[in-house]
Amino acid sequence: MGKYIRGDATMKFALILFGMRLLFWWTALRHPVFRARLKEKNLTAQFRTKDGKVGRWFKIKDGTVSSGAGLAATPDVTITFKTAEIAARLLMPPINQLEQINALKDFHLSMDGEDELTSWFTQTVLLTQTVGWQYGVDQGKGVTRYTQMTNGGPVFIYEKDGKIIRITPITFDATDAPSWSIKARGKTFTPPRKTSIAPHGQNWKSMVYSPDRLLYPMKRVDFDPNGERNPQNRGKSGYERISWDEALDIVSSEIKRQKTVHGPGAIALSHGSHHTWGNIGYYLSAAFRFINTVGMTRVLHNPDSWEGWYWGAVHHWGQSLRVGQCETYGGVEDCMQESEMVVFWSANPEATSGSYGALEGSVRRQWLDELGIEVVHIDPYFNESAQLLGGKWIAPKPTTDTAMALAIAYVWITEGLYDKDFVETKTLGFDVWRAYVMGEEDGQPKTPEWQVGETGVPAKTVRALARNWGTKKTYLGAGGWGNGHGGACRNQSGLQWARIMVCLIAMQGIGRPGVNMGNLQWGTPVDANFYFPGYAEGGMSGDLHHTAMSVELFQRMPQLPSLNTVDQAIPRLFLPEAIINGKAEGFAWDGKSIEAQFTKISYPKPGYSRVHMLYKYGGSMMGTMPDSNRHVEMYQSPELEFVVNQSIWHEGEAKFADVILPACTNFERTDISEWAALGGYAHHGQTQLNHRVVIFQHKVIEPMGESKSDYNIFTEITKRLGLSAYYTEGMSELDWVKREFDASDLPKIVKWKDFIRKGYLVVPPNPEELRDNVSWRWFYEGRKKDVPEPMPLPSDYSEEYLKGLQTQSGKIEFECQSLIRYAPDDPERPPIVKYKTHEEGPGNPEWTARFPLQMLTPHPRFSFHTQGDGKDSFLNSIEEHRVEIDGYRYWVIRLNAEDAAERGIKQHDLVKVHNDRGAVLCAAKITGRLPRGVIHGFESCATYVPMGEPGKSVDKGGMLNQLTPRKSQLKQGHSMSASCAQVEVSPWDGVVEIEREPVLAAAE
Amino acid sequence: MSKWHLIVDVANCTNCNVCVLACHDEHVDNDFPGYASAMPKHGHKWINILPKERGASPMMDIAFLPVMCQHCDNAPCMDAARDGAISKRADGIVIIDPVKAKGQKQIVDACPYGAVWWNEELEIPQAWIFDAHLLDDGWKEPRAATVCATGAIRAVKCDDATFAKTIEAEGLEELHPEYGTKPRVWYKNLYRYTKVFIGGSVEAEEGGNVDCVRGAHVALTKDGAKIAETFTDVYGDFKFDQLDPDSGEYTIDIAAEGHPAKSVSVTLGESVYAGEVRV
Repeated sequence: MGKYIRGDATMKFALILFGMRLLFWWTALRHPVFRARLKEKNLTAQFRTKDGKVGRWFKIKDGTVSSGAGLAATPDVTITFKTAEIAARLLMPPINQLEQINALKDFHLSMDGEDELTSWFTQTVLLTQTVGWQYGVDQGKGVTRYTQMTNGGPVFIYEKDGKIIRITPITFDATDAPSWSIKARGKTFTPPRKTSIAPHGQNWKSMVYSPDRLLYPMKRVDFDPNGERNPQNRGKSGYERISWDEALDIVSSEIKRQKTVHGPGAIALSHGSHHTWGNIGYYLSAAFRFINTVGMTRVLHNPDSWEGWYWGAVHHWGQSLRVGQCETYGGVEDCMQESEMVVFWSANPEATSGSYGALEGSVRRQWLDELGIEVVHIDPYFNESAQLLGGKWIAPKPTTDTAMALAIAYVWITEGLYDKDFVETKTLGFDVWRAYVMGEEDGQPKTPEWQVGETGVPAKTVRALARNWGTKKTYLGAGGWGNGHGGACRNQSGLQWARIMVCLIAMQGIGRPGVNMGNLQWGTPVDANFYFPGYAEGGMSGDLHHTAMSVELFQRMPQLPSLNTVDQAIPRLFLPEAIINGKAEGFAWDGKSIEAQFTKISYPKPGYSRVHMLYKYGGSMMGTMPDSNRHVEMYQSPELEFVVNQSIWHEGEAKFADVILPACTNFERTDISEWAALGGYAHHGQTQLNHRVVIFQHKVIEPMGESKSDYNIFTEITKRLGLSAYYTEGMSELDWVKREFDASDLPKIVKWKDFIRKGYLVVPPNPEELRDNVSWRWFYEGRKKDVPEPMPLPSDYSEEYLKGLQTQSGKIEFECQSLIRYAPDDPERPPIVKYKTHEEGPGNPEWTARFPLQMLTPHPRFSFHTQGDGKDSFLNSIEEHRVEIDGYRYWVIRLNAEDAAERGIKQHDLVKVHNDRGAVLCAAKITGRLPRGVIHGFESCATYVPMGEPGKSVDKGGMLNQLTPRKSQLKQGHSMSASCAQVEVSPWDGVVEIEREPVLAAAE
Repeated sequence: MSKWHLIVDVANCTNCNVCVLACHDEHVDNDFPGYASAMPKHGHKWINILPKERGASPMMDIAFLPVMCQHCDNAPCMDAARDGAISKRADGIVIIDPVKAKGQKQIVDACPYGAVWWNEELEIPQAWIFDAHLLDDGWKEPRAATVCATGAIRAVKCDDATFAKTIEAEGLEELHPEYGTKPRVWYKNLYRYTKVFIGGSVEAEEGGNVDCVRGAHVALTKDGAKIAETFTDVYGDFKFDQLDPDSGEYTIDIAAEGHPAKSVSVTLGESVYAGEVRV
């Protein structure tokens, strides 16, 4: 009788398995999509206990499912549970993710079989749960409205018969959450009830359907992985179409070959700083897990947007977990209610929109005029923000801003126009810096008269500004975000400039009502306590080291941790040097403390192989990294045995690969995200917005051609390494999306089924009385920190937790103790901020004599870095972006009328912009927006079109970054200095060849 | 009868081009029978933005003028069209029939605003249709108004009598009233594009340094008559706007307390930054 008496768990497990059998039958009956899925593979899958006493097999053949209790003879896939009790617990709904992960780690649960089949089977089981979900809102006449997220704002997509009809921003309806209002000076201000959209966001239809889309895998015609590889021809040879199988086989074989022939470290993956939107598909999610699954040398990024703030400002006021930029809570309301003036210093939010902020800030900045708040714009270029807002425009020569700032400090000191009490009680070392400003150290008082020779700005103007600023409550909006970012922080004196911005605002008493950092870009009164993960929190990467996952997301969305056993890194700015010459050095980008940046990174790391395979992921660095002709030489180096490129469009670096894997856009895959939710080092980026909006990113159309989502491409590769279960945890992108929804605060206010149908959710703002406190007010008033940011880390407080700053003294330090500890005699970064001219400017007369024009290369206005430029998209017709001359659209270079006349250049002439690093063919625009000696061209061109030999000829595509300096701002750092470069502009003479110094070091 | 009007505020246009891109998004690869055939991907500017720089460093401004089909009540294109190829709806919107207008290139030349574009492939004239197809489908406004982040483009539906009050209250003008076409697009702060300014900066030497003179009284006179006056700001700057280009000689009289009076002559072609005026 014993064998017929089933224990309770045994019966449960058997019943669950029988239920699964019914589920398969029922789902196939109801859903054609599921029936089609079942036709994809023939296999037998077995569920069983370890002892075999409970089991059920499922045979899928030609689209039908048969099943029986017991054990099949030769199953293709076996899922084994240690005991029936464990199986019942794990499989009984609701499925507890943490239990599943723990069971896998403790080997209570195992799966056997070929990756191709196990992966397919587990995703098919999960598909039974999701196949019936309904998406989108019917608009009638066969049109469905879906939602997606771009880097330029959230969007509706109207689709019919598998085609995108139109893409629009989102106008809210009556059921969406209310908007916040700000009361200031007797008026009430409420933002419009809709989302805005940046030019590159509105451009997307033409990017999805671009003729440059990579539609199938390709291989370079003269690359044979088993014969001649011909690396010297990269960038020159053509491509032929190959199948996915062949492409994936080459890639996975190369991965194995690199590791067995060379050892750990031989493979490097280079990704961009951004991605098409979506938390699961983001590079910090899918690509990071892939890096860790395979084991790769990382290409370590420099803090590109923060540079001078990270390497410089952080030493004065901490804020390392914001990479040296400061907190900004409540800034919009405080500025509107209290301020009398906003100084935009190297700040152009009308063009750069913060980060991902669409055009949200424009309407807020328009309120400045209504409120009678004065505006000043300090920028060598009469920028878009100056154009819209009016006010006073002051144009110091590029890289000399620090001199002007010193003169302002001089006036404040001599006329007593600063917050003496604040400086006395809340700062350290002012007297040391004061002595320098007054000329007691070097015999040169930093007067307004002195700075004229450096900046070209009349002394009277600097004095008037200093007096005005020193007597009015003023917000300092330095950099695009207002608390930093971009612009001057990225030129050769970016370090000095960011540091002195801190010194100036400290002199005025930051945190006092109406006195703070900001230009109305950050600091809206959205609800910052509502949790939705930002992309920097790592999505499904499992990476606790290189993402912000450990802070919160890992607990909320448990997943298998992933760890890259290859500990080697190459500093990104010197990737070509590392590959070609076999060595490179840099410093860490690590926000955990002020001192973390003192850690040196050396390549190669002892014990590791040098890199011989490059996995280039995403947008081209040639348009965005300095001195980018070096990358051509890198690709053609024999050191690189294999190059694979995974991207969306055939442009830039894709044309240098051996194998090209076509990825699809976010419109062709499922994802989930929140607008402007960066997370990590940019915690609460959502305060750039008038409304917080979370989006279910519908897969609107099927991937074009044979393109696949990045997640699916990585899955395919890991299958061939036997690692797809580890990579995917058995789940599809949609399954991960549901997990992230469940992990956030969304389930508290919306049902999943409603969310995926409508596609967007506006997060309600706080009631007025619950708004965040104003940043820095706590510090100004000597209280504990009371704003919602979980930083600095507890051990970084010198005295009592939450009192004071992260610095050694807990105060804002004019004389930085961290620098005294590290390198007190470093002329590039002395303990107090000083003015010093540089090699890419007045400090190098020989270079500037040959190349007398200072070229500014800010971020583009119309594209999002390379995203949107080229690829025959709509925005290439915008004349401010590219000008058509004889049927070709050239990148725009702007120059002053006198500089142009001197060179015989007229409006829309073809001109060569050049120096010893390269030459670029551009269309000239004559404008009064620039003083003499300064020219302006956006960077981030997507197209590299060498007119002759790649790397050795004039580029027609417009990559101005071929001309910018690669040098780090400081030897004790790894920092771009590229936003200003010395060049000459000449009428086009038809000479295509250029000469430049090779990267390859002479043999010793 | 409730009709459509467009209000373009020149002072708020930043040349972001999102309205232009929205127009491309709507019409490229989309046919809307009876309203408009597909727009070519490149070459057409149904919404066109014209720049105007005024002045020079350190005092300048730039205006951007969005121009599109003005949906005129007295449309010359309608006169030039044959076979009723162009019609005016009761709500004021003008539509070029994409079928009837085939081959009628003369319609392009008939528009004094240059707002009609010739589609080579389809051989039809095309212009911005005020998103009539969407409005008829229940949309509240044309896409250009929705995407404009600064309120530079606004669409209003009301009867002409009500709108006449808006014209007065907001100081709206026609673009090129001399054409006499009675456009339904009205412009605010058009002076930023059509008029010029005279500006300058007053400074004085005091104690060895040159400083900005704040609060100096500045009067602008023409032919002996004072036409405007102002006070210099904290930077010593002053600016007189909304003057006619090519209007000849002006005199600027500066009276700064504690300094002798000073006069400067300026001749207006385009906008003039008269530079530093030392008193």
